[in-house]
Amino acid sequence: MKYRLVLILGLVLAAWTWAEAPGLSPSSPEGLRPAGTLGETTPATPIPGDPREVEREVRNYPEQPPVIPHIIRGYQVDKRFNRCLDCHSRESAPSAGAPMVSVTHFMDRDGQVRAAVSARRYFCTQCHVPQTDAEPMVDSDFHSIDRVLQEAAEGGQP
Amino acid sequence: MKWLKRYWQVLSRPSLHFSLGVLTLGGFLAGIVFWGGFNTALEVTNTEQFCVSCHEMRDNVFEELKDTVHYTNRSGVRAVCSDCHVPHEWTHKIARKMQASKEVWGWIFGTINTREKFEAKRRELAEREWRRFKANDSLECRNCHEFDSMDFTLQEPRAAEAHSTALGGGDKTCIDCHKGIAHELPDMSGVHR
Ligand code: HEC
Ligand code: HEC
Ligand code: HEC
Repeated sequence: MKYRLVLILGLVLAAWTWAEAPGLSPSSPEGLRPAGTLGETTPATPIPGDPREVEREVRNYPEQPPVIPHIIRGYQVDKRFNRCLDCHSRESAPSAGAPMVSVTHFMDRDGQVRAAVSARRYFCTQCHVPQTDAEPMVDSDFHSIDRVLQEAAEGGQP
Repeated sequence: MKWLKRYWQVLSRPSLHFSLGVLTLGGFLAGIVFWGGFNTALEVTNTEQFCVSCHEMRDNVFEELKDTVHYTNRSGVRAVCSDCHVPHEWTHKIARKMQASKEVWGWIFGTINTREKFEAKRRELAEREWRRFKANDSLECRNCHEFDSMDFTLQEPRAAEAHSTALGGGDKTCIDCHKGIAHELPDMSGVHR
């Protein structure tokens, strides 16, 4: 009697885990992750190449942080040293031939302009990224402001 | 004093049992063995294993080097500590090794045996290296990077610009623009690059 109970219990447990197994791997929503399931390991996409010959890009809207037109691999940005400001600071920009960071970078949260780049703008890559030849991971139907205005003027739906 | 004199007499007396030929040859062979041993010992202190056998180097500068182009890159050619920090030429090498004896003291007394102590001293250590590279026109970099073989058309525009002007003209040397190429930089306030 006892043995049979254990046997039945074991069988039920086995059946349950077997039935449950595929459930551990629900299909993923088609988001950033290409097809496949959450439990699956898919090969990593290759790291996009470093920019070598890029021009400075036109911004899509006035407040867009400009993209970086050069390689920044290994650049140190921490409390001790900021490699970006090495060329883009107020003092070095002219001699380095680099554009100076804009005045907004010197403002504190009250809009008061300070002598040095303020702490909230210190970590450059929070807003700026290098321009690369990467394929966008998700489709974007973003239109630049010029196109939106043009379409509105032509009377079409933006 | 007396015993010193006796030793001197023995040493200065011409040899009785060995011919001049044997002595010369013996001395010559012994010389080769010692010289070889000496240089082999020097070579051992030039290996990366030796450099990172103390945790001061392994946990700080070596760990940082691993992320850089001189440790990992697409071609797999790499630089070890001594490529950048020890001159190739013999007299300079010996001079550098003599200086390094001081570093052994630092190790015994633990002057940089924690990350905090190392960070506190890093500026001083870095400045010493910058001075050395400045003085020898970045000789160790040039052992691998030949200016005449640089193809500016293949370089990034910024690099080509800097190399064809300031570097080509001899106004600046590699270390003037490439500080922190292998390790993290200390607080750089006041340093003009
Ligand atoms: C043992 C030889 C060797 C020595 C010594 C050496 N380098 Fe290099 N360096 C290389 C190699 C090899 C590469 C390129 C690796 C690759 O991209 O495949 C390189 C790459 C570089 C780069 C390109 C960085 C990048 O991100 O593409 C710079 C800058 C550089 N070295 C500067 C220096 C400076 C400054 C020194 C002296 C302090 C120095 N090197 C000493 C071998 C050396
Ligand atoms: C006047 C400043 C200056 C001097 C002097 C200088 N460099 Fe550069 N170098 C640069 C700049 C700017 C770049 C652009 C990359 C960067 O800073 O990240 C660069 C890039 C490089 C690169 C990468 C090139 C590429 O296109 O990938 C190498 C390698 C290099 N330098 C080696 C050297 C060596 C070796 C010396 C000494 C013989 C030297 N540089 C001297 C400013 C300089
Ligand atoms: C590509 C050249 C290169 C290689 C390889 C290299 N170094 Fe350096 N090292 C430098 C330069 C240049 C400095 C001067 C400081 C700076 O610019 O970062 C330096 C500085 C140092 C300092 C002083 C502290 C500091 O951070 O400035 C120590 C210690 C040091 N190196 C140890 C090592 C050890 C150990 C290795 C091997 C694991 C090594 N280095 C490999 C170029 C190199």
